[in-house]
Amino acid sequence: MLKGKSLIDPSDFSKEEFREIFDLAHEIAKDPLKYKKSCEDKILATLFFEPSTRTRFSFEAAMLRLGGQVIGFSEPNSSSVAKGESIADTIRTVENYADLAVIRHPKEGAPRVAVQSVKFPVINAGDGGHLHPTQTLTDILTIEMLKGSVENKVYGFCGDLKFGRTVHSLIKFLSNYDGVRFILVSPEELTIPEYVREEITRKNVPFIEVDKLREHLKEMDFLYMTRVQKERFFNEEDYIRLKDSFILDAEKMKHAGPETYILHPLPRVNEISIDVDDDPRAQYFNQARNGMYVRMALILKLLGIK
Amino acid sequence: MLEITSIEKGIVIDHIPAGYGIKLFHLLKLEKADYTVALINNAFSKKRGKKDIIKINNTIEFDVEFLGLINADITVNIIDGGKIIKKLRLTVPERVVNIIHCKNPRCVTSVESKIDHVFHLVDPVKRSYRCEYCDDIIIPY
Repeated sequence: MLKGKSLIDPSDFSKEEFREIFDLAHEIAKDPLKYKKSCEDKILATLFFEPSTRTRFSFEAAMLRLGGQVIGFSEPNSSSVAKGESIADTIRTVENYADLAVIRHPKEGAPRVAVQSVKFPVINAGDGGHLHPTQTLTDILTIEMLKGSVENKVYGFCGDLKFGRTVHSLIKFLSNYDGVRFILVSPEELTIPEYVREEITRKNVPFIEVDKLREHLKEMDFLYMTRVQKERFFNEEDYIRLKDSFILDAEKMKHAGPETYILHPLPRVNEISIDVDDDPRAQYFNQARNGMYVRMALILKLLGIK
Repeated sequence: MLEITSIEKGIVIDHIPAGYGIKLFHLLKLEKADYTVALINNAFSKKRGKKDIIKINNTIEFDVEFLGLINADITVNIIDGGKIIKKLRLTVPERVVNIIHCKNPRCVTSVESKIDHVFHLVDPVKRSYRCEYCDDIIIPY
């Protein structure tokens, strides 16, 4: 039963609860119009303490397509936060006006603080370099649409695995499923954080950490690309030396399997060359549409409407 | 041989790993005590070679939980009439609140002032803990 629950971390829900969400998302994807009046008397609050385009649009579009209303702010300078209000006080106030809230915050763990302060459902839409569980819902729906299930697959992750919140969430989620294996491709400076390593080690998920993409592409069922951000490097030299190792282009795709699908949370900068976009294995633009459907499902479940 | 007289009524914290006595002394705010306290550094230990000991000539109340964070081998002896009347064995706590603080500058605890600092035990052998908010793993002492 998901009614009234919050989604802050992929470990907040059981496998069965996630199954409920994905089953409903698949139904919505087939006939979105069927749900256009489902949230007629409901209000979603979107609290974006950090700029966002696609995640906020995706949530707002999801609520509007369910017939609900949206209130919120998209940058903290336009809110009482600019006056120094705490996260706890902000969310307590919002609870008086809305039926559920979505929060994005630059500080890691901020959505957990929000949940501890209120009784209505709160959804983490990204907290610093920590987690982004609704991007994971998007990724999983896409994976299921392409290959039926998440089990017994090899998942490659490439780029910034240290600060990539979408990577942490997806790895945490997938590590609960049988037959999953990870190939983690990153420069030494940007390997997965200790808490992610601890979790996959504790759950006995096989994984390798490498710093070359090309030779491992063939084994992967999915390759999850992320951006290597220049500002993460201590010096320009390291960045210049490493950045090209983590760019996916049409030449590298020749080494990938016929069904090695490419995912990316977007926005992309140059880590996937545009000559990959027309490859049928490139699925990153389909992910965005799936994100809206799965967020519609999540909202319906947390409000107890479906 | 340095002699520290035994206490009549109070607490002896024994088997503190050498070097941690001073830290513990300050954590218990014993520098502010108006009763007799003794910090013994580098006392002989059969098991470790050296250990620290704190003797408190008073019955004070404190949360023994965080002593387990430093080392589960630490013992707390309650003294009355010059004799040990109770020996407290410590465990590595599963959850600690407001004893240790997250060092991750990106953690929400660095900006939200009125929240508890909560950590959960990850590995009892390493005594590593995970921040409830940002998941950062630390070894407190």
